[in-house]
Amino acid sequence: MPKRTDLHKIMIIGAGPIVIGQACEFDYSGTQACKALKEEGYEVILVNSNPATIMTDPETADRTYIEPVTPEVVARIIELERPDALLPTLGGQTGLNTAVETARLGVLEKYGVEMIGASLDAIEKAEDRDRFRKAMDTIGLKVPRSGIATDIQQAHAVADQIGFPIIVRPAYTLGGTGGGVAYNPEDLETIAKNGLDASLINQVMIEESVIGWKEFELEVMRDHADNVVIICSIENFDPMGVHTGDSITVAPAQTLSDKEYQIMRNAAIDIMREIGVDTGGSNVQFAINPENGELVVIEMNPRVSRSSALASKATGFPIAKIAAKLAVGYTLDEIPNDITGKTLASFEPSIDYCVVKIPRWTFEKFPETQDLLTTSMKSVGEAMSIGRTFKESLQKGLRSLEIDRYGFGADGRDEDQTPEMSTIRKKLSNPNSNRIFFLRHALMRGMPIEEIYQLSGIDPWFLWQLQQILDFEPQIEKDAAAGDDGLPGETVMRQAKRLGFSDHQIGFLTGTSELEVEKKRKQAGIRPVYKLVDTCAAEFSAATPYYYSTYETECEARVSDRKKVMILGGGPNRIGQGIEFDYCCVHASFALREEGVESIMVNSNPETVSTDYDTSDKLYFEPLTREDVLHIVEKEQPAGVILQFGGQTPLKLAVPLARAGVPILGTSPESIDRAEDRKLFQVMLNKLGLVQPPNDLASNIEEAVAAADRIGYPVIVRPSYVLGGRAMKIVYERQALENFTAYAISVAPEHPILIDKFLEDAVELDVDAISDGQRTIIGGIMEHIEAAGVHSGDSACVLPPYSLTAEVLEEVMAATRAMAAELNVIGLMNVQYAIKDNQVFILEVNPRASRTIPFVSKATGVPLAKLATKVMLGKRLDELGLTEEVIPAHVSVKEAVMPFNKFPDVDTLLGPEMKSTGEVMGIDAAFGPAFAKAQLGAGQNLPTKGTVFISVENRDKPKMLQVAQIFIDTGFDIVATKGTTAFLKQHHIPAREIHKVSSGRPHVVDAIINREIQLIVNTGTGDEPRRDGYQIRRAALKFAIPYATTIAGALAMARGVSALAKEPISVKPIQGYHV
Amino acid sequence: MDALLALEDGRTFPCRCFTDSGEAWGEVVFNTSMTGYQEVLTDPSYRGQMITMTYPLIGNYGVNEEDVESERIQASAFIVREYQPHASNFRATSTLADYLNSQKILGVEGLDTRALTRHLRTAGAMRGYISCHDLDPASLVKRTQQTPVMVGRDLVCEVTTDKPYKWEQGRPEKLSVDTQDMSPEIWKHRKQKKAVVVFDYGVKYNILRCLEGVGCEVLVVPATTDAETVKQLNPDGVFLSNGPGDPEPLSYAVETIRQLLGVFPIFGICLGNQLLGLAMGGKTFKLKFGHRGANQPAKNFQTGRVEITSQNHGFAVDTDSIDLSGVGVTHINLNDNTLEGFRHQGLRAFSVQYHPEASPGPHDARYLFDEFVKLMKERHA
Repeated sequence: MPKRTDLHKIMIIGAGPIVIGQACEFDYSGTQACKALKEEGYEVILVNSNPATIMTDPETADRTYIEPVTPEVVARIIELERPDALLPTLGGQTGLNTAVETARLGVLEKYGVEMIGASLDAIEKAEDRDRFRKAMDTIGLKVPRSGIATDIQQAHAVADQIGFPIIVRPAYTLGGTGGGVAYNPEDLETIAKNGLDASLINQVMIEESVIGWKEFELEVMRDHADNVVIICSIENFDPMGVHTGDSITVAPAQTLSDKEYQIMRNAAIDIMREIGVDTGGSNVQFAINPENGELVVIEMNPRVSRSSALASKATGFPIAKIAAKLAVGYTLDEIPNDITGKTLASFEPSIDYCVVKIPRWTFEKFPETQDLLTTSMKSVGEAMSIGRTFKESLQKGLRSLEIDRYGFGADGRDEDQTPEMSTIRKKLSNPNSNRIFFLRHALMRGMPIEEIYQLSGIDPWFLWQLQQILDFEPQIEKDAAAGDDGLPGETVMRQAKRLGFSDHQIGFLTGTSELEVEKKRKQAGIRPVYKLVDTCAAEFSAATPYYYSTYETECEARVSDRKKVMILGGGPNRIGQGIEFDYCCVHASFALREEGVESIMVNSNPETVSTDYDTSDKLYFEPLTREDVLHIVEKEQPAGVILQFGGQTPLKLAVPLARAGVPILGTSPESIDRAEDRKLFQVMLNKLGLVQPPNDLASNIEEAVAAADRIGYPVIVRPSYVLGGRAMKIVYERQALENFTAYAISVAPEHPILIDKFLEDAVELDVDAISDGQRTIIGGIMEHIEAAGVHSGDSACVLPPYSLTAEVLEEVMAATRAMAAELNVIGLMNVQYAIKDNQVFILEVNPRASRTIPFVSKATGVPLAKLATKVMLGKRLDELGLTEEVIPAHVSVKEAVMPFNKFPDVDTLLGPEMKSTGEVMGIDAAFGPAFAKAQLGAGQNLPTKGTVFISVENRDKPKMLQVAQIFIDTGFDIVATKGTTAFLKQHHIPAREIHKVSSGRPHVVDAIINREIQLIVNTGTGDEPRRDGYQIRRAALKFAIPYATTIAGALAMARGVSALAKEPISVKPIQGYHV
Repeated sequence: MDALLALEDGRTFPCRCFTDSGEAWGEVVFNTSMTGYQEVLTDPSYRGQMITMTYPLIGNYGVNEEDVESERIQASAFIVREYQPHASNFRATSTLADYLNSQKILGVEGLDTRALTRHLRTAGAMRGYISCHDLDPASLVKRTQQTPVMVGRDLVCEVTTDKPYKWEQGRPEKLSVDTQDMSPEIWKHRKQKKAVVVFDYGVKYNILRCLEGVGCEVLVVPATTDAETVKQLNPDGVFLSNGPGDPEPLSYAVETIRQLLGVFPIFGICLGNQLLGLAMGGKTFKLKFGHRGANQPAKNFQTGRVEITSQNHGFAVDTDSIDLSGVGVTHINLNDNTLEGFRHQGLRAFSVQYHPEASPGPHDARYLFDEFVKLMKERHA
């Protein structure tokens, strides 16, 4: 069937901000879908609140609404745009849920919008636990025994029937939020409550535990003609009980015979048909009893998922693109397979390598939370690796993770070299982020495979693979000892490389160094070859250059004689390094293409647009380590390498690569170092007559106390070097300073402690600039809404600034230009300023792409990353048409999105350590509505009427009056704690008193639970008010009540609420802002 | 133990033996199926061939007693990237290496199997020699060139059963009679089941399992059984099995089929498809490197749908060579548009080039066995 001609305009709903369980894979899928539909001549309307995406670039869709992804807003856009169809299956769970809710509002029916891809009924059948179970029953498939509960009593009743342990799964959530394993009725009480709260429809499924069973996933596609194909099978290293997003996974499945695989394949196809997903990709999860092969269906996602992105990258088959084409009527046999260029999409990819995906966690950011993996997803990113064997792939994957490991151990990086056996046993049986390394400890201590299997449930096949890696280490050591240069001989060296060992590991094992190993190895001609990912296991020649390295005999890399530039990507997502950097890398690639330069992308993150095979001229799916990157450089001989765009990961490689003679484009590594080195930086500021907040170093408590006395409290204290953690604290008095200094010293004993003056109530600014070496143009100045002290990545910010004088802004711009000139910046630069009493302080300078580049580009319409790439290639800014600052007439607000709902027990107070996973943008003519949109986009349900709870500390009270007045004027009631109430009444603002948590009941948390409070303003920076506020903040989080923890934030919220109350949200495409 | 693989065109691949040492020769072919190595090894169509699996890790789930497609390993050697000595699967009864050793079949690992596959893709399937003893490339290449070629060779006679047997309850039941002494009394369930004579050109057990599964009484006869013997048995249908090698030299089989055409409903698979094509006056040709894998898309013109099929063949029927009067092309391969199936309505004969019985591979085309039963029922209607 050819494409449908009755459709002209198609709407796609994006996934909104990056959150745990829903990351940049939906930018990848959404971008592919937009491109595919535009290619077919359809007009594409997109809604997505996430500015850091390629899909919200003005060129990707025809009209792009960077507006909150909520049913109401989607309804407004539908009313305005009147699309013929809505494609709900490419925007993750958010896109799907929003589409379902919009449909339920009757909007689709009203405007004659057809839901394509999956019908409302199919979505509900797959997502509603009860209906799904019945559907499986119809086709004779087993699901774990279960029951549905809509309240706690029912949950207990069901649990009694099934017996413990049981799994609680909330209906309609992402990342398994609110789910968990209950081993007893007490667990159930807590978990079921969380689950009911997390579920959109207050429903949980209480399910028979299949913990320890083997877990598999199949990625399935279906077209209108009922052709069904399996794109990829995935086997989980971690058995059932760990969320698949938190599992190490392997493609293809390893331990299924064809008989078992076909049973699973048939089941997946039957499920597709029974659920009735008309077209597109779905993901089906299975569990298999390792004792007897019994198969049960766990769940099915009737949409493109994180696993689809992984499957796409693992096989080369572009699931999202094909799904979009199927949705408009094509059949699989009408769509070409881009990779071979000759065959069609109606086949099942065969792969001739092994793919390993390893999750990346950031438990170190949330020390209050236990490092424990459950059915609720906690990882914030993932790395994928490709090798010809599992062993090679696993080691590559581990060194891709950016956790300072170089493979499966043997790298001198174990925190504890010889943990207690009891610890090892505990770490094996309780899944955690370090389990892979505890498996190594267990094997090293001679624990039998069978015992490890009993403890961990990890299939012995995988354990044997680990054993084989480990078994080779003594051979490396022995061979090196036998040689006269202390290094292994050629044969053993080659074998080691084939097992995935990095030069660093071989260096560690032999007591030599990475560089020595490298030298000998390369002299012996032992280098990796590059093989193609071609969907067909070499049966056909591949047209697309998508490569991975391995140690074999034949290299397939086709090196051209064009001018080429290599871009180093950002590696796995983690807090602080996310999609923003991938956006910049992708823009670099686009710019290279525009300039006629061959683009070579190197990255290890399967979720991204950058690792799409058609983003760059060439894609190397490789770890971003010195060794792996150098190999590609040596093969491709690029004219230059861009590493300013991928965040910390490639930046770290600047000096080592430069030393190895690799040409680095743009700002020199020396300049980058000059900005990062504290001493050199101070020298530069002094030279330019610029000011930093007073600061000092201390190496013990006495020095710290003396320094703080000299600088004056409050101060920010942080270790100058911390492995994996970034412990930072603002302290207001000596005792806290002593406590924290002691802690900071214990974290990194040999490094000094940094002590900076904390500028209380200062306004913080983020400035992005671009320079060609002669001219520096300010890309954007963002004013933070939260006062200085909150990490810039966590702070909401506004562009253009709204509270500063023209003189201050002029000074900021002048300082930025001066520093750009002094550092000889070629490309992008980000500066953070604090403004206190109209005095400008420099906090930090980073001569590289910052997290805010996509936001600034969307707000101003200036594609900074692209321009910066061209500048690095030697273009001047005036040649590129950028000669002056663009200061938009509209207001753009960026709001950070926090993962606190995934981390029970964590305080939600913001501080100097970044905790957000993503961001949204609100854009409108004025501050109020723009801020309101940003809040709605971030998932805050801003009320337009009701009651506000206010509790602020004394020094905030005067400034709080303006906030309270706006709420009163908007029609809100105010309840407040004793002191605040008195203060308000003094100033003739009506308020009702309510108990603090500690001063009797009913108190404020009771009121929150009773839904009597719609908004919370609660400030307090000392330790004691923090403790008091903790329960309020957790309750607010649980009941999704917006809260402000600073006066500035409260004021912004008041203005947003007031704007919302005055008139409903208006929507406007981004293309309409920059004409 | 070190080993060497030599190809007739002079290319060599050093490798290691993961079984007992030895030597082997045959046509080197690649298979892209990611599962099912035990089925592949025991598939008689691989007679005379040394198989390299494109999936690099082989041996993962061991071997068992059930997943066999004939009574022995048929391939002459097995070439893999990395052998897995530690099998993990609840059905595994032995490791792959022990299994190969028990039947004295050579297994080698450690070579760049992707390079080998790419070479076969561009240069075509060719003869090869593996030795653990003769590691001199020039010598082994020379020996390779002295081995027989695949084209024109009758490999069926090496794999067909020497005596007829019944397939009952999932296993072969030897008969006490010789082919020429069989009579219609051989059918025990004539009323309840369709009586099918299976010509064994190297039949896969799963075809027999599938026939039994759709309610057939299955009698397997040697490839050389003549038409008169079959006519005398008066079955409800005749099945032409898969098998190894070139169909051209099998003139005896072609002649027999010609005589049975129109007399009984006929269903052929793989080599059976080629023989049916030859019997209807068509021609066959050798594919450059064949179709071997579990992901081949076959378009079914009757349903308009695409079946993902299991395939294993080096020869194909030339679509243009078939006299189209009365014959309809039912399936083609979407990768290279070669013929995958045809049907002669009037003569009640149909066949497919691919393997609907799968094993290994997808079960998308199992309906063909039902169609065969339908055809047999139509004959009586």
